[in-house]
Amino acid sequence: MDNELIIEKKHPEHIHRDDVGSKMGMWLFLFTELILFGGMFILYASYRFMYPDNFHVAASRLDTMVGTVNTIILLTSSLTAVLALAALQRKQKLFSIYLLGFTIVCGGAFLVNKYFEWSAKIHHGLYPRGPEMANLSDGEVVFYGLYYVMTGLHALHVIVGLVFLTVMIFFIYKDKITFDNNQKLENAGLYWHLVDIIWIFLFPLFYLIH
Amino acid sequence: MENTHSHSTNYNIYILVWLGLVALTTLTVAVAGLDLAYLTVVVALVIATTKSLFVANYFMHVKSDSRVFKVFILVCLVIFLTMIILTFFDLIFRSPVK
Repeated sequence: MDNELIIEKKHPEHIHRDDVGSKMGMWLFLFTELILFGGMFILYASYRFMYPDNFHVAASRLDTMVGTVNTIILLTSSLTAVLALAALQRKQKLFSIYLLGFTIVCGGAFLVNKYFEWSAKIHHGLYPRGPEMANLSDGEVVFYGLYYVMTGLHALHVIVGLVFLTVMIFFIYKDKITFDNNQKLENAGLYWHLVDIIWIFLFPLFYLIH
Repeated sequence: MENTHSHSTNYNIYILVWLGLVALTTLTVAVAGLDLAYLTVVVALVIATTKSLFVANYFMHVKSDSRVFKVFILVCLVIFLTMIILTFFDLIFRSPVK
């Protein structure tokens, strides 16, 4: 450590950077996210174990098509996010910005779909303490509770991811992130891909049980 | 100083992985239409895990990362798996509801 400080003082042009440490910090944060969502997946598994039939009935009211489209949208956004990093490393700055822009559009489209999906459910009285919920069995109520909390928390993560990616575009534009100094962009990408992985599990567990 | 920027900048690999992910999504939707009884959830989780491995290894570059990251991730997954197993030990040996 001390040696590096001395080098830094002697050579002001040497900028101290620890990409490995930065990435490790990001992964540590991602682990806390895994445990946050993991706890909820365990809750889901426990209740599905207790009310298997009710879960099937409740899930049949979710729109598989909307879920599938949103899965494809998020997978595509993950592709363009990783391509943006590759493009920047190839010194294609503008292309990288376009790709990140497309990623943000995909994230936005995902949220719009989610909005219409939730609106339809709420319109039918399917929300916590909603009128339709009184007619449902315990297991179905639990299913919809988990549905709103887990997809809601996931959507919140998509919103945070969109903010991160927007800041990354600004950084690339201002040359604060460059082809050989792009750990920030990679970390933002890691976050975005984790949000994608969480959706990969949410999708079959909520939309594909019939 | 170690440089982490050794990841592939070959676009084709990423596009191939994406095509694989879309294919697996189609597969999981198609399989959900079949009646496989308790196997339904097993098949769905196997496909989801496969997709996650693709995303982690290629999009998150775990495949080309140094060993310390792989061990790091494995430890976290083992802790998570332990949480699941312990919870189910409780659930399975509990007297049934109602």
